[in-house]
Amino acid sequence: MSGDGALERLRREGRIVIVGASLAGLRAAETLRKEGFTGSLTLIGDEPHEPYDRPPLSKQVLLGHASADRTELPRRHGLDAQWRLGVAAAGLDMAAGRVRLDDGDEVEYDRLLITTGVRARPWPHPAEAELDGVFVLRTRDDAARLQRRLAASPRRVLVIGAGFTGSEIASACRERGLPVTVAERGAAPLVGALGGVIGQVAAELQRAHGVDLRCGIMVTGLEGDSAGRLRRAHLSDGTSIDTDVAVVSLGATRNTEWLAGSGLGAGPRGIACDAGCRAFDVRGIVTDDIFVAGDVARSPHALFGYQFLSLEHWGNAVAQAATAAHNMISSSSERRPHLWVPAFWSSQFGVNIKSVGVPSLGEEVIVAQGSLADHRFTGVYGYQGRVIAAVSFDQTKWLEFYQRQIESGAPFPPEYSSVDRRTEGLRPVPADFPDPSLPTHGPTVTVSGYSPTDQRITFTPGRG
Amino acid sequence: MTQEMLLRQIIDYANRADPYPLYTELRKKPVRQEGDELFVVSTYWEIKSLLHDPRISSDARNLSPGAAGTLLQEEEDSPLPPAFLRLDPPEHDRLRRMAMRPFGPPETPRRVYNMRGELARIVDDLIDGFGDRKEVDIVDDFSYPFPVTVICRLLGIPREDEARFHSWADIIAAGLDPDPGGDPGEQRRATHEARTELGMYLSGLIDERSGAPGDDMLSALVTQQGPDGQMSRMEVLSTAALLLIAGHETTVNLITNGTLTLLRNPDVLERLRNDSRLAVPLVEELLRFEPPVQLLPQRTTLADIDIAGTTIPEGASVWLVLAAGNRDPQRFPDPDRFDPDRPDIQHLGFGSGIHNCFGAPLARLEAQLALTALAHRLDGPRLLDDPPPYRQNAVLRGPRHLNIAFDGLRS
Repeated sequence: MSGDGALERLRREGRIVIVGASLAGLRAAETLRKEGFTGSLTLIGDEPHEPYDRPPLSKQVLLGHASADRTELPRRHGLDAQWRLGVAAAGLDMAAGRVRLDDGDEVEYDRLLITTGVRARPWPHPAEAELDGVFVLRTRDDAARLQRRLAASPRRVLVIGAGFTGSEIASACRERGLPVTVAERGAAPLVGALGGVIGQVAAELQRAHGVDLRCGIMVTGLEGDSAGRLRRAHLSDGTSIDTDVAVVSLGATRNTEWLAGSGLGAGPRGIACDAGCRAFDVRGIVTDDIFVAGDVARSPHALFGYQFLSLEHWGNAVAQAATAAHNMISSSSERRPHLWVPAFWSSQFGVNIKSVGVPSLGEEVIVAQGSLADHRFTGVYGYQGRVIAAVSFDQTKWLEFYQRQIESGAPFPPEYSSVDRRTEGLRPVPADFPDPSLPTHGPTVTVSGYSPTDQRITFTPGRG
Repeated sequence: MTQEMLLRQIIDYANRADPYPLYTELRKKPVRQEGDELFVVSTYWEIKSLLHDPRISSDARNLSPGAAGTLLQEEEDSPLPPAFLRLDPPEHDRLRRMAMRPFGPPETPRRVYNMRGELARIVDDLIDGFGDRKEVDIVDDFSYPFPVTVICRLLGIPREDEARFHSWADIIAAGLDPDPGGDPGEQRRATHEARTELGMYLSGLIDERSGAPGDDMLSALVTQQGPDGQMSRMEVLSTAALLLIAGHETTVNLITNGTLTLLRNPDVLERLRNDSRLAVPLVEELLRFEPPVQLLPQRTTLADIDIAGTTIPEGASVWLVLAAGNRDPQRFPDPDRFDPDRPDIQHLGFGSGIHNCFGAPLARLEAQLALTALAHRLDGPRLLDDPPPYRQNAVLRGPRHLNIAFDGLRS
């Protein structure tokens, strides 16, 4: 389609298909309708459920305060959409404008939005992953299963990987009074996302709440009994732990396998798109009719030197979906760039953690307010002499200020006086991020260079 | 119009009934220097940004003596240590956290909600108290006694002492709003005496409650053993006094401004009468349209701050004119229209940042219940004076009296 008449026809009677019926997919659909799209709208999702919210799954749901089947996302607009739930997309024919489903059906589109997100990275040893008692936590069904098992008072829970999800699971287990061991390959919990300095605070929090935290350690094997129930975990230091529950929290894998061979610039690091959410093909040429949003997207960001960022953040999914939807039905002059400043939150061990910007780019960190020892502070990260990120532990209300510092490229370290600046806030220290090439629990922000294409696409095996 | 004149005009009592045209004038320069050390900020985004700026202090000890005191009545010297309203982190955070534990989430999420029934009864009793009269003063007969009674119940003041508590509150409130015709020395003496008596009374009550705690907030403040330890006796006293003073006059003005605004917008009043669910967005719009705290005059810069093309130097006093920001056309379309149907009413009426109104959930509920009850029970209400006579106070702005007439009471 080209020309104004074509755009009007698209808005009036076009066919839009959204693959991925979670937060980003739903918000995009709502935006399309709100902005006047009256054509046909199809949402395809591999889970059988209508869109639901994931943040509560590792918090209120595990505590038993909320039931996993009560986390549906609120609907802001009537959608008048066709829902294809419980059916995964299996392939894409870009030339024909067609999505193939794994039940053999095909759906044609004039505009396609891909919001397939990520899934939990499974335990690498398939037979061990099958043991009764080995869990991952990503979906509502995962959460319901894990909650039931925790309610049955297991002797001990082993959490493998102390990223945000793993730490929240450990926190919920301690709140339920369950003995917990956390095994983390890095030097501290949250180290991939926040660095070693802040990671030490997270480690203190875990230990203060009775977690048996073991860092610098890998789980080398999970051992079951004759009935296939998990009994023991073996660690890289030669010790072992008796446990009947292990939760594998080793980060996420992007759901892009279904695009293998399609010609789209999709790979293990996500689907590359431009600032307007239009997907790149493998040649590095931007497509006109395929858009990407949410966890599965890699998009260049002006505040971070136009490097491609992948963000596994709730707020990013919402904002990027709205931008993608708007751009899908707008002329090129009306399109908007996705300029969201990365932000995420976590609550664990009674502390509210929030971050803005991209901490993992930080070379140094300074405790601008409060004190690490109090576990109540605002840390500011610097990169090449400017403020690049900030993280707060129980000091959320100050982050708006630091977000503006990031947006305006304010100098680092900050040299002005402020309230609650302590002696530890007088001098920045190395932020102490691990080598990003070492696999760990996985940061929720991935900076992946300048190339829109990802040649590794050809090495990605198909699913199943 | 010179800059100096503009701020003086805002403080001038003659403009109390309608300061909004002056605010419009003020917003033409978002950050305006008024004298050597005083800067006035009047646009929404600039106010919001400064409310979240750690380079701004609320600690009275950082306030430069010359800047603010010349324009506003100095506060009464209190024998108590400063309460968290006038402190910076970490002291502010510690005291506010300890005060919040028995008041709100996460530890006490149902405190305010559980007061619903009692608040509704107090409101109904006050309206029943109108008796056979066909004219009342909404301030003296309704919106003034209501919040004091609520604070008494919240703190756990015994019923038989409520009358004494009311009279101290009256005198202290009057001290915040000096009568230009009165004897300032006499008024200061009376205020000081009332504060001292109130302090002694609360001190005695604290002794009682530490021995035999009830489920009231004062008992909780006295006996709590949280992660922040225990409040000292002086801290409990200054916190209780803060809750009384900060929660009183502001709520009076919110309810009175609300009644006035509803009577000026009879279509909205009629809608509220037919659908009490309107009370929620209506009170939010009211907090935008006629905020009880018009401006925050007590902040100081700890460093030079560049904002909206101006540098506010370190050590300056900063006035944040919330009521002007609430009517900023860059933020709210058609800002001078009272419209509870706005899809987005993120007003500055309760401030923002770490000092955002502690009692906001209670104030909201009080105003929602009070305005809904008036809408339901007054038959044919109308204003007798428009504009009504206002209090002196330019900061805590509201009518001194609001005389209305009506045809009768519905049960």
